[in-house]
Amino acid sequence: MDITINRGDFVGLLGPSGSGKTTLIKTILGATDVYGGEVRVEGQSIAERRPRVGYVPQLETIDWNFPVTVEQVVTMGRVRRGWWYPWQRREDRLVAHEMMSRLGIADFAARHVRELSGGQKQRALLARALVSSPRLLLLDEPTSGVDIKTRDEIMHLLDELNHQDVTVIMTTHEINAVAAHLPWVVCLNGGIVDSGPPADVFTPDTLRRTYNADILVTEYMGMKLVAESPHFFGRNERGSADSSERGEHVHAASV
Amino acid sequence: MFTPLQYEFFVRALIVATLVGGLCGLIGVYVVLRRMSYIGHGLSHAIFGGAVASYVLSVNFFLGASVWGFVSALLINLATRKRSISADAAIGIVTTSSFALGVALISRFRSFTRSFDAALFGNILGITQADVIAIAAVALLAAAALFVGYKYLLFTTFEPEVARFYGVPAGWTDAGFSLLLAAVIVVSLQVLGVTMIAAAIVIPPVVARLLTDEFARMLLLSVVIGALCGLGGLYMSFYLDISSGASVVLFSAAVFLIALSYTTLRSRLGSARWRRRSAASGKLEPFH
Repeated sequence: MDITINRGDFVGLLGPSGSGKTTLIKTILGATDVYGGEVRVEGQSIAERRPRVGYVPQLETIDWNFPVTVEQVVTMGRVRRGWWYPWQRREDRLVAHEMMSRLGIADFAARHVRELSGGQKQRALLARALVSSPRLLLLDEPTSGVDIKTRDEIMHLLDELNHQDVTVIMTTHEINAVAAHLPWVVCLNGGIVDSGPPADVFTPDTLRRTYNADILVTEYMGMKLVAESPHFFGRNERGSADSSERGEHVHAASV
Repeated sequence: MFTPLQYEFFVRALIVATLVGGLCGLIGVYVVLRRMSYIGHGLSHAIFGGAVASYVLSVNFFLGASVWGFVSALLINLATRKRSISADAAIGIVTTSSFALGVALISRFRSFTRSFDAALFGNILGITQADVIAIAAVALLAAAALFVGYKYLLFTTFEPEVARFYGVPAGWTDAGFSLLLAAVIVVSLQVLGVTMIAAAIVIPPVVARLLTDEFARMLLLSVVIGALCGLGGLYMSFYLDISSGASVVLFSAAVFLIALSYTTLRSRLGSARWRRRSAASGKLEPFH
C-alpha cells in the first residue's frame, strides 16, 4: 500500500476485524517486520531509527491487575526523561498531574489502575501518551468499550490536540459515531480500499468492498451516515408477547 | 531457638538461606508479574545440565552454569518470539533438553562423583566460603541492577511491547534480566536444589501480591517474606532433620496458606460489614 499522512492530519482507519488497521499502526511504530518498501516518519526511515510517537494501545491488551497506580502508568510516558534516575522525578510527576487534571483523572492518581472505569482507563493511557509530548499520536480503538459521553469527551480532546498541531491517526469500528466526524478516513480490507473525507468515501460501493456486506448509506445534516437495517431479535419481537406468562428465570432484589 | 546458633555451620547456613530467600523473593516479583513462573522451574533444570557440563569440562561451576543458564533463557526468549510456539512449550523444550544433556553426561562420564541428591534437593550444609561470597555478590548485583533499572523494568514488565515505543531498550532490559535470573538460580542451586528453586522464586511474590496493590511495596514485602521463609525453613530443617530445600519450600507454602486465608477472610468480612452498614442506613452506598 501507499499512504501519506501530512503534519496536522486527523485520520481514521476503518475496516472489519483483520483488515490490517492495527497492523498498519504497528508498522508505523516499527513493531512489525517490513519485507518490502519503506516507512518514513518525520522524514526518517523507521528501519534506521524507531520513531518517537505517542501510542495508545487497545484496553484489552493490558493486564489491569498489575500492581501499579494511575500516576505510575502516566509517568511511564516520560520514562526516557532523566533515564539515569531510577525513580519518578518530581518534574515528571508534576507534568503527569497536570495532564491528569486536564483529562479529569487527577483524583484517581493514587488509585490502583483496576479501579478505573473503561473511559478513565482510556484517559490514563492517553495521558501517558501525551506527557511524552508527541507530535504524532497513534491510537488503537480509543473509543471502544466507553460510554457515549466519554467517547465524545475523548474525541473532543483529540480534536483539541489536533488543533495544537499534533497529527492523530486512530483506528475505529464506529462509522457513525466516530469516523463520520473525522476530516479524513482510510478504508482498509487487506489493503487500502479508498481514502478521503467521509462524505466522499462513505458510498455503498466502498463500504461493500471494505466490509464485504451491503450497507445502506443515508445523509443527515450534510453528513454521510450508515443506516442500520431493522432487525427484531428474540421471542419478544416488537414487544408484543407478554413474557411474564412463562414464569421467572432470573430474579434479583435489594442485592 | 538459640540452641542451633552455637554451631558455626548453622550460623553460616542461616545467613545463606536468608540471603537466598530474599534474593529469590526480589527477582521473583518480576518473574511472577511477567507470567514467567514456569521459567524458574525450567531454568534450574537447564542449569543442572550446565553444572554437569562444567564439571566434566573442568570449567568453573559458577561461570559455566551461569553462561549455560543465560543461553537457555535467551533461547526461550527467541523461541517464544515465534508466534507458533508458546512460552511454556519453549521452556519445556529448551530446559528438558538441557537437563537430559546433564543426565547423559553423567552416565557417559562415570567420573562424576558429586551428590545427585544435593543437586536435586539442596544441601545447605555443603556450602563453602566461595558459595557464600558468590551469593552475597549476586545479591548485591541484583539489588543494584534492579535499583538502577527500576523504571525500565517496571515498564517492560507491565507492557513489554509498548515500552519499546516509548524509547525503553526492551531487548537489552530483557537480556539483562535473563542474565540476572540465571545468576540467581546458579547461586541458589546448592541451597535449594534444582527441584525446589521455582517455589522459592514464586511463593514470596505471590504472598506479597495478596497483601498489596503497590509495586514498590510488593518488592519490599517479597524480599522480607523470602528472607523469613529462608530463615524459618532452615530452623525447620534443623529440628525436623529434613533437607534444606524441602523445608524452605514447605515453610513458604505454609506462609502462602496463611496469607491466602487472611486475605479471603478480610475480603469476606469487608463485604459483610458493608452489607450490615447498608442495611442499617436503609440505602445502598456507592461501591468503590
